[in-house]
Order: sequence, then structure tokens, then C-alpha cells
Amino acid sequence: MSEHADLSRELSERVADAAAREAPLAIRGGGTKAFLGERAEGEALDVTGHRGIVSYEPGELVLTARAGTPLTKIEAALADAGQMLPFEPPHHGANATLGGTIAAGMSGPGRPFFGAARDLVLGTRIVNGRGEDLRFGGEVMKNVAGYDLSRLMAGAHGTLGVLLEISLKVLPAPRARATRVFEHDAATAIEQINAWQRKPWPITAAYWEDGRTYLRLAGAQSSVDSAIRALGGEALTDDGTFWQSVREQTREFFEGDDPLWRLSVAPATPMMDLEGPTALDWAGAQRWLRSAAPAETVRAAVSSHSGHASIHRGDASPRFHPLPKALMALHRRIKQSVDPAGILNRGRLYPDF
Amino acid sequence: MAHADLAASTEQALGGAPRKQQLIERLTAELPADIVLHADEDLRPFECDGLSAYRQVPMIVVLPSTIAQVQTTMRICHANDVPVVARGAGTGLSGGALPLDDGVLLSLAKFNRILDIDTDNRRATVQPGVRNLAISEAVSHLGLYYAPDPSSQIACSIGGNVAENSGGVHCLKYGLTTHNIVQIEIVTVEGERLTIGSSALDSPGFDLLALMTGSEGLLGVIVEVTVKLLAKPELARVALVAFDDVRKAGDAVAAIIQAGIVPAGLEMLDNPAIVATEEFVHAGYPKDAAAILLCEVDGTEAEVEEDIERVREVVEREGATEVRISRDDAERALFWAGRKAAFPAMGRISPDYYCMDGTIPRKALAEVLIGIGELSEEYGQRVANVFHAGDGNLHPLILYDANQEGELERTEAFGGAICRLCLEHGGSITGEHGVGVEKIDQMCVQFPSAELTQFHAVKEAFDPKGLLNPGKAVPTLHRCAEFGAMHVHNGELPHPELERL
Repeated sequence: MSEHADLSRELSERVADAAAREAPLAIRGGGTKAFLGERAEGEALDVTGHRGIVSYEPGELVLTARAGTPLTKIEAALADAGQMLPFEPPHHGANATLGGTIAAGMSGPGRPFFGAARDLVLGTRIVNGRGEDLRFGGEVMKNVAGYDLSRLMAGAHGTLGVLLEISLKVLPAPRARATRVFEHDAATAIEQINAWQRKPWPITAAYWEDGRTYLRLAGAQSSVDSAIRALGGEALTDDGTFWQSVREQTREFFEGDDPLWRLSVAPATPMMDLEGPTALDWAGAQRWLRSAAPAETVRAAVSSHSGHASIHRGDASPRFHPLPKALMALHRRIKQSVDPAGILNRGRLYPDF
Repeated sequence: MAHADLAASTEQALGGAPRKQQLIERLTAELPADIVLHADEDLRPFECDGLSAYRQVPMIVVLPSTIAQVQTTMRICHANDVPVVARGAGTGLSGGALPLDDGVLLSLAKFNRILDIDTDNRRATVQPGVRNLAISEAVSHLGLYYAPDPSSQIACSIGGNVAENSGGVHCLKYGLTTHNIVQIEIVTVEGERLTIGSSALDSPGFDLLALMTGSEGLLGVIVEVTVKLLAKPELARVALVAFDDVRKAGDAVAAIIQAGIVPAGLEMLDNPAIVATEEFVHAGYPKDAAAILLCEVDGTEAEVEEDIERVREVVEREGATEVRISRDDAERALFWAGRKAAFPAMGRISPDYYCMDGTIPRKALAEVLIGIGELSEEYGQRVANVFHAGDGNLHPLILYDANQEGELERTEAFGGAICRLCLEHGGSITGEHGVGVEKIDQMCVQFPSAELTQFHAVKEAFDPKGLLNPGKAVPTLHRCAEFGAMHVHNGELPHPELERL
């Protein structure tokens, strides 16, 4: 397949045609994140052919690429210029595309420190449910003209538009990095990780699993060195591989038959009394739970801490945390406003739309 | 401009005195009478926000102090088809809180309490009328602060910051308002209370927090905000760098970024701005420089020392004629004093000035600056340029005298030309001040009709009757058609009887 191909016209026409027939479309990229969310109804709309980096100038800290561009290509281009995608998107497979990454809205371990996928989105070009080719946001750092529909696309799982192009803010890769390991029980880890962040240490990730806290420090060499002296801990060699295993969920923790839950909570939330092992990522704000506990039990526990819980891997329905009635009604109206025929990834996020 | 709309609403109100009386009765039946203002002398203080060229006395002002009162107000207005404009501190620069003469102005000034400071999670939950700077002051003893710092931070309120997605000097490193809040409570146009976002780092469903941020009061009334707090940097130092050529200064901005440094602040002033501010505050700026950069780096002591030396190397390589690095906080404050006084300094050398707010890719800085210089000659008006260079956000200050026949109109036309120049270079008509009423016509240039239609459809999902802050932020297609016609006839504007600001 060619590295560059602009299929925006074909994709717009496909959507317009489907809209006229009120025929649902299931948008498909590399298929690496198909396990997330519900199954979308409809004819497959393959966007992987629409690919290529449209513009990238390191001095601008902005990269624009077509949705079907493989994530690996983008990361390679950035690495060549000493830059990176700050939200460290999980690939979950070799075929991951930029479009799928933004649609899924997933972010890796650096998320609390560099921002999430949605934070780095500067602009999007989309096809709405009417088959119209629209541009929101742009390639500038600040832009408050019009509603922020570009960030709204992040995490909408393709229900609000077929992504054509995405402009992202990128950052210089840190010049130095080190990871320190501490023996902590979960409660101590939560307390300590949050306490560290009340000081300006150059922390870029914090993860806890099975009695150990892993703290990533990155930035200027001198800054990393002084943090190591002050915070202590044991050195972790080959920490790149370690963080990769957290980001891609290739650690042993993530294996097994019980459903894997993603619990999203305020970072200092105490450990919840739920059956099964827990790992803490995002410095405590994203928790992974392997548990056979009933969905209602997990959701009730997380809700009592004002958080939300989704099924990441395994069977359970609904996969995403149910919305309060008024908010769901608003979601349906927003969906209606961009996709009146309700054809884009119908049912992918919630059965209601 | 909003004049055609304003004229129409004036007519309605003239025949609408009973309507005003009726609404007062309905509001005071359910709300304390002293929070419903309707006498002209009580309404007058609300006639404009920070964009004082636009004035309109509202029909009624409601000053609630509880969320329940906001809900009641919204419910009554909705039932009676009365438009509502929400207002925070009234410091906005684009007329976003300009009242309507047939509408209710909902002032959130009494919502001025900090509700909760959560040290463990580094969050503060505040009412929308809390001043931006008051948040940082309230958590300073914990070693924390709230990062976005618009220049009006002493006075502007957080609710308005969310409505406008306010920025400031430190956005490149620390983000805009949208990156620094986790949850808001809103009251819908029907008077229903909704929680948007969550206490976690994300929330289920659509990212409505992103959509609400910067929506200029058109989608809901913000009644509570939970912000993120960051650890205060250990140290900050600033480099004052002079250049004899704006092109070199522009290139140096890109070079600093490309060297892997993310400055906490990176500002640029051109010669007219340097001269005006230096004569005002004596910050020691070199008056013969074509441009200066102020590059601040912050973080741990070790990091700052390392980065500031790298900045020095880069700018010297880019041809800086002078580099001064602040030795202590006093000198740092002095270096910043000029930049911070840039706007008042203009007030000293010109009876009036008009502050623009475009964004462009950083690489276009020099070219756009040169373009603005050419436009300045073409329109015969002086301009001084102050940039958030790191973000590509420029604030050209057009100097004019409103008392001189035609200068205001020329200034407005000059401003429109600067907006188009930004768009030609791939930028935006507004980086942080919002569209409001001020740039509503420029929206027609930035967005084709399909996008504008989509914006209106989204608005309808929240507010089907179009009662929240109507006439702001997103122009009707009809309006754009008229504006387009105005452009075709270039100089021969239709409706010459209407003033245009």
C-alpha cells in the first residue's frame, strides 16, 4: 500500500451515500482496538488507505497526518527529529492507526503529566454523518474560534464523524530519563505518588503493581540526577522495555480469564475493596482490575468515589459506564446534530446511539 | 458587527415595556426582589465588558447567589422565551458578555467562594466568580498554583476563563484552561443542573468538558469549576534577548523550540512596543532593538541552569545582539515589567488602542510582522506588536484616536486585514480572547458555511430555542452573506447609517 493516499473525497461520498440509504457504517482502521467498546453495526468503512503525514515541522511542534497513517510511521518520523507523541498512545498491535488511536482516546503512562490524546489534539478534519468534509481547530497552539469540535472527536469512537486528518501537538523527547523502584504496599504507593507531585520533581509516569512503585523521571540530566538523589529508590535497568509493557499491557498482570476493568478515579482515591488484583497507572488515576466480580459491584464501588469503570477486555455489557439520564439525552442530541441518520459506528459507545 | 441584530432587538423592546414588567413579576415571585435589578441606574454598570466600544443596557439583571436561584432564573426565562447572557467579572475583550436589551443579564459575581481545596488530589473546587489569581493565592502555602494566567488574572473570574478557554503567558508549557480543569457544573437553558467531566482524569461518553470550554456562554451557564493545581516550580529565570532584525527574532523562536526546550514563557515585542514600554516603566529594554524576546524557563534549579544556558547558545547562534539573563527574582520581575505594562504603555502614547488576537504558526512570525508593518503604512495607522511568540499568538495593538473622524472605521478595517493575514498563514482569528461580538464577521472568513452550520446544529442540541447568549461566537449564514457582500463592494458599505466598530 502506498504511504500517501488522499481518499477524503471517496470517504465523504461513501458516507453521503450511506446517509441517503440510512445504512449504518462501521468505521475500521487497523482493527487493533476493536476489542474496546461495543460492536458497531453496519457495512465496514475501511479508512486505512487514507494515509500519510500531511505536514510536520519540528520547530512548530505540530504534526498533521491522515487518519489511516500507521502510528509506527508517525512515531518514527517524530523520533528522527528528537520528538514524541506526549500522550504515549497504546498501539495494541502492529497495525494501529492514528485515527483509531484518537477515536479510542487512549493514553499511556505519561498521561497525567503531558496530557491525554484529547489534550494534544489541535485540529481535526472529519466527515460528519451527512457526508460533509469539515475542518475544526487547526495547526496552531491556541485557537478559540468556534466550538471545540476537534477535541470532542477524541474518545468518541467514531460516533461523531469519520476522522480524515488530525493535527497534534508534539513535544521534544526528554534529554534524560531514569526509573526508580520502591517497595510499597498499595496504600503507601497512593500516598507517596501524590505527595511527590506536590513538589516540582520531573516525574513523567508512576505505576504500581504487586508491592512495587515504578517512578519515571525525565527532563534535563541535572534535574533527573537531583531527583534521584532526593527521592532514592532502586534503579531499574532497561526501563524503556518496562514502560512499553505497561503501555501495551504485555505484563503478566494483564493476562488471565477474568475481565479486565479500567477504573478511572481521582488519583488519591483509596484502594477499593474489590475482588481480584489491581495495578495503578497514571499515578493512581487509572487503575486496572482483573476481577470476576459482577459489573454492578465494580461500578457501584467506583461510583462511590466519583469515578467510572469500563470493561477493557472480556465480556460484559454495557462496556462503558452508564450515563445519568439527562446526560445521555444530551449525548443523543449531540449525536443527532452531527449524524442525523445515526449511521456512524452505531452502538459502538452506547446502545442508545 | 452585531448592529443589525441590536437594532432589531431595540425595536422589539420599545414595544415590549409590558413584557419587561411581566418578567420582573415572574422573577420576583420566585426570587428575592433585591437580586432582580431593573432600574436604569442599576443596569448601567452592566452595559459592557472589557470591550467597551460596545455598550447595551440589559432589560433586567439577575444577581443570584445560589445554584437554585440560577436554575429558577433559567427556568423562568426559558418558559418566557427570554434570552440570557451570563457574565463573570466582565473583563472579556471580545464583547462575549455584552447584554441584550430584551434579555436578562445573569451576573455570577456573588459566586465568589472557594468551595474545596483537595491537597491530596491537587484540585480546587471553586465558584465561577472566583478570580483567577485568588485560586493560586489560596493554595500558595501548599506549594501549589493554578497554571493558566491571563493578563487580567487579578480581575478575571474562573467561570469566564472556562467560557473563553483563556490562555496566558505560560500556555506553551502548561496549557490553556481546557487542559487545566477536570469538572464543571452547569445549569442548562431549561434550568437543569448537569455535571460535566468528573473527578477522574476523564469521564464516560463524549468529552463534553472540551466542548463546553471556550463555548462563550452559548451552551450552558457554568456554576462550579474544579481546577487542577500544579506544584510551584522551584525556580524561574528569564533571558532578555535583543535582535536587530525581526526575522532573526522570529527564527530564534523556532530554533529555541527545535533545540528541545519548552520555555515556560516566550514573548516577543517589536520596536514600537519596546520604545513605548521602556519610556513608561524603564525595564532596561534596548530601545534601538528591532525586537526583543523574553524567554523564561522554569523547573528545578538544576534544570533551569541547564536550559537557560542552552537558550543563550541558541539565540547567540541566531544572531542576538544582546543577551541578559535574570540573576534573581527582582531582576526577573523587572524584565517582565515592560511586557506586563505593554498595554497601559500604549494608553500613554495614543488616546485609544485596539488589541487584536490572532494566532499563526511560529514559522510565520517574521513574515506576518512584516505584513502588519505594510498594512500599517497602507492604513496610515501606527501599530505596536506584542506576541506570545511561543504559542504563535499575536496581539497587535492598533493605535488610534476615536475622536478623529474615520479613525475608528479605519482601525476596524485594519484589524480585519490582520485577521485575514493570520488566516492566510494558516492561523486563526482568535487565540484567547474569543469571538464574542467583536470577531463574529471574521468567523465568516475563517469557516465555510458547512462548518458554521455544524456549529449551529451543536448549539441546538443544548439550546433549541437559541436563548443562551444569542448573536455571539457563531454568525448566522445570513449575516455572513451580508458580510461577504460588504467585502465585494469594498469601501461602499451597505447601511452607512449603522456605526461599525
